[in-house]
Amino acid sequence: MTALWGAMNTRARILLGVLVVMLLAAPLALDRYFLSVLTLILYFVYVGQAWNLMMGYAGQLSLGHALYVGVGGYVAAALWVHYGIGPWLGVVPAIAIAAAFGAAIGWLGFRFGIEGVYFALLTIAFAEFTRIGFDHIPFVGGAGGLFIPYEQDRIGEWWNLRGGQHLFYYLAFLLAAVGVLITALLSRARLGFQWLAIREDETAARALGIDVFRAKMKAVLISSGMTAVGGVFYAFYNNSLFPTQIFNISRSIELILAPIVGGIGTVFGPVVGAFVLTPLGEVLIALTEWLGIDLPGVKAVFYGLTLMIIITLVPTGVWPWIARRLDLVKNEP
Amino acid sequence: MWTIYLNVVLQGVMTGLIYGLMALGLSVIFGVVRVVNFAHGEFAVVAMYAAFVLFKIYGLDPLIAMAPIALAFFAIGFILQMGLVNSFVGRAEHEQFILLVGLAIILINAVLMIFGPDAQPVNLPYAFDSYLIGPLIIDKVRVYAAIAAVAVSAGLFAFFRHTRTGTAIRACADNLVGAAVIGLNVKRLYALTFGLGLACVGAAGALMETIADAAPSLGPAYTLLAFTIVIVGGLGSMSGALVGGVLIGVSEALAGFLIAPSMKSMFSFALLIAVLVLRPQGLMGRRVA
Amino acid sequence: MTEFLSVNGVSRRFRGLVAVDKVSFSVNQGEIFAVIGPNGAGKTTLFNMIAGVAPPDEGTISFRGARTDGMSADAVCRLGIGRTFQIVRPFPTLSVEDNVLVGALLHRTDMSAARRHARDVLAKLDLFDKRTVAAAALTLPDRKRLEVARALATDPKLLLLDEVMAGLVPTEIDRMVEILRSINREMSVTILLIEHVMRAVMALAGRVLVLHHGTKIAQGTPEEVVRDPTVIKSYLGAEVAF
Repeated sequence: MTALWGAMNTRARILLGVLVVMLLAAPLALDRYFLSVLTLILYFVYVGQAWNLMMGYAGQLSLGHALYVGVGGYVAAALWVHYGIGPWLGVVPAIAIAAAFGAAIGWLGFRFGIEGVYFALLTIAFAEFTRIGFDHIPFVGGAGGLFIPYEQDRIGEWWNLRGGQHLFYYLAFLLAAVGVLITALLSRARLGFQWLAIREDETAARALGIDVFRAKMKAVLISSGMTAVGGVFYAFYNNSLFPTQIFNISRSIELILAPIVGGIGTVFGPVVGAFVLTPLGEVLIALTEWLGIDLPGVKAVFYGLTLMIIITLVPTGVWPWIARRLDLVKNEP
Repeated sequence: MWTIYLNVVLQGVMTGLIYGLMALGLSVIFGVVRVVNFAHGEFAVVAMYAAFVLFKIYGLDPLIAMAPIALAFFAIGFILQMGLVNSFVGRAEHEQFILLVGLAIILINAVLMIFGPDAQPVNLPYAFDSYLIGPLIIDKVRVYAAIAAVAVSAGLFAFFRHTRTGTAIRACADNLVGAAVIGLNVKRLYALTFGLGLACVGAAGALMETIADAAPSLGPAYTLLAFTIVIVGGLGSMSGALVGGVLIGVSEALAGFLIAPSMKSMFSFALLIAVLVLRPQGLMGRRVA
Repeated sequence: MTEFLSVNGVSRRFRGLVAVDKVSFSVNQGEIFAVIGPNGAGKTTLFNMIAGVAPPDEGTISFRGARTDGMSADAVCRLGIGRTFQIVRPFPTLSVEDNVLVGALLHRTDMSAARRHARDVLAKLDLFDKRTVAAAALTLPDRKRLEVARALATDPKLLLLDEVMAGLVPTEIDRMVEILRSINREMSVTILLIEHVMRAVMALAGRVLVLHHGTKIAQGTPEEVVRDPTVIKSYLGAEVAF
């Protein structure tokens, strides 16, 4: 934490401090709708950060992260619905099982030399495979979905994630903060530098004594485990899970937007990306509703365009550019 | 009993030839431009809708509509490569990938906005006709579509083998620096190639509309299908794409026959995983034509 | 006493072509040992076998008493063999210092200690002033130095240098010779180098092995080797590299 703080100049520290205070105080000033948008933003910061570790740092392109969201959400929700095991406990097996999926994908991919685009295809194939598989598991409701019942007498059991918008808002804030911290710490740790080396040049990394397979496995385990926690949040926030929705490839893509727009391989890129992109998407939806047109794909088209424009013009993301412009990077001592 | 299997296999072969034509487009683009067209299946779906519209408004049989659609797709591909993708050649793999993912999202959601999520069929007058050859029952539409797919593929093979431009494109694929040195306009040849690749997928999409109903949800599924085929056949190999298409068509047909239809696509994804793990080089290796 | 590095009858074939044919030699602790030979003589193949990139088809390699043939490249490095690549492979978007830091972190877990070490190594290689520059922005001579710095930062006992002089002008070569000599003496790192630049070989190496068509045709002090008739006939006569 001190390392992160130390790497920032005064201006950046003040900016970050103001942001944190504003976010903490937001529920005092914002209504339910704006708070739900902020919750969504913070959720995307968190899962974007999990993906960023794997792609931005370790250089492994996953387009199937919806898999971990889905598995995490389903495990915790099923434990709650069937056995009354609360999410605080359920999150542990949720992480473990999602990480097991990650381990399987990673092991296959890294052992058999499935790289780059092929690895991305492997992750999509796993996510799609699981999506259809979940359609056929009656225990979790199959294609009909799994519902977390609304129980009047449980309202206020915040430890079981039974609460209102405020509870979920602060939880999302906590997740986002933890996500940023984890990224900041790992990016300044030995493992983070091993990932960067692998991302840049695997052969050279190996020649410097790095066990490439191990380091990549660590990346996929940490990333999938982190993403699963996001899934648990998603499940209890929405109270319903459908395989076609949660495992959908468009969910995997939604999740990678913030880091790509903000800048992969940076600590604050996913934060900036989520804060720029999610409100724009919401504005667009509000705008089409206001115009009285019902266009279900308009947000997705906007996201698609954003991806194309960003990757064409600023492939490293907007954050590095902003940071330079606002002079937020401390020059080397 | 065996006649049922024979029928299923035959059906798979014919569907597989259309798959093969679709995958051929992907393979040609990759083999030459070295860019993976992640929006491939989405383009196929757009072509299906184009065939649907032409049938609905002008009563055009998709077998005929195939030609203008392929032509339009060629133009789209040419412009796309000239205007955008050329600047991505040689850039990081994930950047190319994300560019085309973005394009895929736009295509499929544009289709969704215009036509809605429901499947759109083309009802051909001969849709239920079939040829009876001994114990075999062969759908007329499938035969026509398969023949058309083979014809288009053969045309493409001939183009690459026997025309100057085709040879120049192959030279680009084999030795980029060499091609530039002897004065070939590599960017233009790339654009031609991308156009040809999309023409393939345009034709294949039109043909597909005769045997399947257009729906937005097919986009990602076809993209992955095309990848599976091309990886089985070997990225960049033209004949491999056709062989892979038939193999996948047959195995999908058999799987659909033997296991629950809803599990059929699960089988395809398992197949893709298996193919990725087992044969990264594919059956035919990395060659163009 | 166990030998420092011993290579015993190693061979490597590519599709029927013998790149390295039953080559044996040993390197003593503390010396600078050079492998020379014309292009295609199998020098880099030999190097790759020692560095664990490719296992030998036959023969054994041992380093300080431990068999290393068949080990992976990263395991070989962890044992204390650092290497450079003939065609340099910096981590392009990382800063020069972070490039070296990756190496320094091999045997260090404390980040500030690793950074200190990385800076020491950078100073040794005349790269300290360029430490914040992205590696992709370096000139070729600087990249060659970075390649050495990164390998050196892993605290190797043996340093494998693959043509680190290639592409340098004479004054830069002399400086590199000076640096390598001081690495060898002051940091007591044994050096095994492949080199084309005879000026450097003559100045640095205590012993020289000459490879030709994958076989060892001579071994001895630089002076002995350059006077060897077979060497002159097959190599030096053809390529005047002085």
